[in-house]
Amino acid sequence: MATSSTIQVRSSVKKGVATIKCLVSHPMETGMRKDKKGKLIPAKFIQNLSCEHAGNVVLDAELNGSVSTNPYIKFKFSGATKGDTIKVSWVDNKGDKDSVEVEIPTKRRRK
Amino acid sequence: MDQQRRILLKSTLAASATTMAISAGLLTPKAVLAAWNTAAFNAKDVDAALTSAYDSTALTDSNKIKLKAPDVAENGASVTITVDSKLDKTEAISILVKNNAQPLTATFKFGAKTEGFITTNIKMGKSSDVIAVVKANGKLYTTKQQVKVTIGGCGG
Amino acid sequence: MKKYLAALSVLLMIATPVVTQASPDGDLKKFRSYFTDKFPEVPMADFVNGVYSVDKASREQWEEFEEFPAYEIYISKGESLFYKKFANGKNFVSCFPDYKKGVRQNYPHFDKASGKIVTMEGDINKCLTDNGEKPFGWKKGKIAYVGAYIAYMSRDNKLNVKVPNDAKAIAAYERGKEHFYAKRGQLNMSCADCHYYNAGNKIRADILSPALGHPTGFPVYRNKWASKSGDGMGTLHRRYGGCNKQVRAKPFKAQSDEYKALEYFHTYMSNGLELNGPSLRK
Repeated sequence: MATSSTIQVRSSVKKGVATIKCLVSHPMETGMRKDKKGKLIPAKFIQNLSCEHAGNVVLDAELNGSVSTNPYIKFKFSGATKGDTIKVSWVDNKGDKDSVEVEIPTKRRRK
Repeated sequence: MDQQRRILLKSTLAASATTMAISAGLLTPKAVLAAWNTAAFNAKDVDAALTSAYDSTALTDSNKIKLKAPDVAENGASVTITVDSKLDKTEAISILVKNNAQPLTATFKFGAKTEGFITTNIKMGKSSDVIAVVKANGKLYTTKQQVKVTIGGCGG
Repeated sequence: MKKYLAALSVLLMIATPVVTQASPDGDLKKFRSYFTDKFPEVPMADFVNGVYSVDKASREQWEEFEEFPAYEIYISKGESLFYKKFANGKNFVSCFPDYKKGVRQNYPHFDKASGKIVTMEGDINKCLTDNGEKPFGWKKGKIAYVGAYIAYMSRDNKLNVKVPNDAKAIAAYERGKEHFYAKRGQLNMSCADCHYYNAGNKIRADILSPALGHPTGFPVYRNKWASKSGDGMGTLHRRYGGCNKQVRAKPFKAQSDEYKALEYFHTYMSNGLELNGPSLRK
């Protein structure tokens, strides 16, 4: 699973309900923190994160910089079948973005 | 295929240098993606945030919202919060931290088949009430829990 | 362990003149029983979870983090770096051929030829320099990502640090042991003050983790480090430096002889415990 995406997804599907866990690599700087020299570190944080399934937006999240560094989000939706595809995307305040498409359920990394 | 999504920013106070516009042809059908509510996220108190986010501060306490948060956070930098709403037609959940400089931390909007459930990790600057606001069937409901944040001796 | 003792007794009978008062094996037994006596309700295997083995409230929060821990990001980064080809066409696989079976359990070890202690980070950077590449920084960043991948692939293996009957090896072990118990800094505290004598007690609002099981989870993702720099991964020596600073002692350099000796003793004291790196801590 050595992809270059910033988004990692773990998911399971049980009785048509998909449980989606997303871990996103992102500094989530609020813009209120100072570096060692006392200078303000510019804000850089995910503002929007969304998940699509079968042509629908199942989750549409607006985040502030006060969500933790490397944010974790877990949610559930019904109407899912094993083998379906979901797409998770984010965009931050600087306009940087990333997205990933995965088949659900996702296989956990195996040693 | 990389889908380009353009979002109209509500306010010129946005930090981003890019201006984006909604272009219906590029969006997934039926998808209306939220803009980033600058006024709500920059608000310095709970009421101002709710007014900007939901045009209302009329909240009804509800025991149908389960809020899971630690009593004492191990580290204020990452506090895991779960909100599980059993209210019918839950369409959105917001998480606010009363004593954060900007209380509104996140707003999650759900599709028709999405459960009113969310887990995420948030930053807390100090001990505070963590407030869950649920929009269900057009009305606002709430519950809250106090979470203590301490200064460590060596881990902190 | 039996093999080691048998070999040792044979060596001594051959009258190899190695004069030593050290008994690492004796120290290890004493160390283990000190903690199992102090925390009778903690199963031996659980000590690898540090403070979470002795505090229920923080354990609950840790278990939630472990649902999808942030270090997974860095295992992936480490994996990419591990396979990335150097300019000469080789990669880390050539230096760690047994990485799939796991190699972390053999670190740190004593190298007879050089008379020095070899750490995992040392071998990561040696691989780079041997292949004409620039070495990584010692405390965080790429060295911690590659270390995280190596540690992950070594999970569940039992720590197997060896202290051979060699004067230099024993001297390094003894130096590390001395560091662990010596008071230092303006606050005049030793590692043992917190992590041995006061394990399980509070220092302000923090609970002190037992030293037994300490190194098994390194490199570590700390929420504190993540909030300060966006990158939470760090090596054992990064943590040693931080702890020294916190008692207001001048920290030693990462991968200095002093910290390598400390790591040697410190890790030996957790021999037999299963590796669980990379791990997540506050």
